[in-house]
Amino acid sequence: MSDDHVYMTLAEGHEDDTRWAYGTGFEDPLHGVDTTVPEGVDAAELAAVCVALADDALVSAQRLAEWITRAPELEEEVALANIGLDLLGQARLLYSRAGQADGTGRDEDAYAYFRDAGDFRNVRLAELPCGDFAFSIVRLLVLSSWRLAHFERLASHPDPVLAAIATKGVKELAYHRQYAAEWAVRLGDGTDESHRRMRRAQEQVAPYIGELFTAYDVRDEVVADIRQVTAAAGLPMPVYRPLPGSGRDGEHTEHLAPLLTELQGIARAHPEATW
Amino acid sequence: MTEQLQEHFDATISRDQRIEPRDWMPDGYRKTLIRQIAQHAHSEIIGMQPEGEWITKAPSLRRKAILFAKVQDEAGHGLYLYSAAETLGADRADLTDRLIEGRQKYSSIFNYPTMSFADVGVIGWFVDGAAICNQVPLCRSSYGPYARAMVRICKEESFHQRQGYELLMTMMRGTEAQREMVQDAVNRWWWPSLMMFGPPDENSPNSAQSMAWKIKRHSNDELRQRFVDMTVPQAEKLGVTLPDPELSWNAERGHHDFGTPDWSELMRVIKGDGPCNAQRMERRRSAHEEGTWVREAATAHAAKRMEKGAAA
Repeated sequence: MSDDHVYMTLAEGHEDDTRWAYGTGFEDPLHGVDTTVPEGVDAAELAAVCVALADDALVSAQRLAEWITRAPELEEEVALANIGLDLLGQARLLYSRAGQADGTGRDEDAYAYFRDAGDFRNVRLAELPCGDFAFSIVRLLVLSSWRLAHFERLASHPDPVLAAIATKGVKELAYHRQYAAEWAVRLGDGTDESHRRMRRAQEQVAPYIGELFTAYDVRDEVVADIRQVTAAAGLPMPVYRPLPGSGRDGEHTEHLAPLLTELQGIARAHPEATW
Repeated sequence: MTEQLQEHFDATISRDQRIEPRDWMPDGYRKTLIRQIAQHAHSEIIGMQPEGEWITKAPSLRRKAILFAKVQDEAGHGLYLYSAAETLGADRADLTDRLIEGRQKYSSIFNYPTMSFADVGVIGWFVDGAAICNQVPLCRSSYGPYARAMVRICKEESFHQRQGYELLMTMMRGTEAQREMVQDAVNRWWWPSLMMFGPPDENSPNSAQSMAWKIKRHSNDELRQRFVDMTVPQAEKLGVTLPDPELSWNAERGHHDFGTPDWSELMRVIKGDGPCNAQRMERRRSAHEEGTWVREAATAHAAKRMEKGAAA
């Protein structure tokens, strides 16, 4: 048996961790980048911006992960995982930047695993349970359109690190929006049942849209996106009645705490451990 | 005519050349391949479940990203393999029905539960490792599309296996509780992993024909021995004990001697009585059934667009 077999070398030379993907001591995703906060940028404000955007991304990625092994088709397993991974990647970079800007030097895991629900700043739409595929698609469409419009502006932010994170994120979010828009059209137009489910999903998402526009002034871009998609899908424009309160102020639905319990459970049970 | 085709087929196999989708092939060869490739595809898809449970619970964002990407790769492997089966005339929807109706099998290893995050590492090390042992020779399988799919799959599996082993090394350098978790996971997964190579050679009815057709290249027992020989030094380096008192180096054979897996357990799990058979099937069935309206909507929309395109 002479097959070239990678398994045989698995345990060789493991003192040299660099041969692993990313190494094993990988803690700082911004390693090697000049992380000085430029003059004229309010560091505390920069940190707050990064945490809020990171929380949106992490909580969204967590919900997308719940679809894995439950998606309607294998192609959707791959696509939803891909979107979740993009958002998780954005969250990690943004948390790292926040830790540098707020002077605490906290790493990504300190933000993700050791804050309670009241400290999270994500918008409430991100934390709502997955619902059916129609709900997940309508939510993804709204959130990716909103985040994309905001990231396009952040790409010229005076902090070069945040600007770079946003520039990378724009390409990812454009794909997320396209994926959601294509499914919204298929489902809106497809069958009576899919149309009915889309209408119901729109109603469920609508109350949480006002909060998005309070956070960032990107209403025109988002409304234009939704108008285009609903027209192609044969769906009405959602009428939104904004709910009071805002996730950006730490006011959440009852759904965030259980999400965080699942996310943080093992890390908190073993605070001394390294993973 | 058939005789000539058979001669040509036999000659292609004996020259170690590949059979391609449009080539003539005996019905038995086609059926065996569809069965094997479908079973392999089903295993990738069901295999997403034991580890997929831990994506939302992973204890660091880096581990979450690694696991998320790994489970996504498995969905991708399932897709290539169903496509390879389709080159033989099978249909993905039909194969999926066969899986959820219990008419086709998947690897019985995925009927065991994952009890802690260490299981993610041990699955990477043992289960992906055993899969690689089984699959690397399949990169030279006589059927072209299968062999080519296996090249890519083996590369990704190797990456997963390294990630699993690296997780375990990190955990072994951590707290006492983490080391205990790793040892416990090793104890639970070792014997089921040895069973992944299938029943002993004298009791493996399909093997001889598959070897002759060069669909399969090595016997179950050969591959199992190889897995044990490779894993023993890795376990030593890691600092865990493999749960087999009979495991010892046999200098005369140049191989490790090891105990006999509980074959009655393998038969039980294959027949449906493993710890998680019902749960794995139920998840796959409910995902498929709950997705029916989505797939129907996509089909209806595509048909409407075709109609509009034809009218325009």
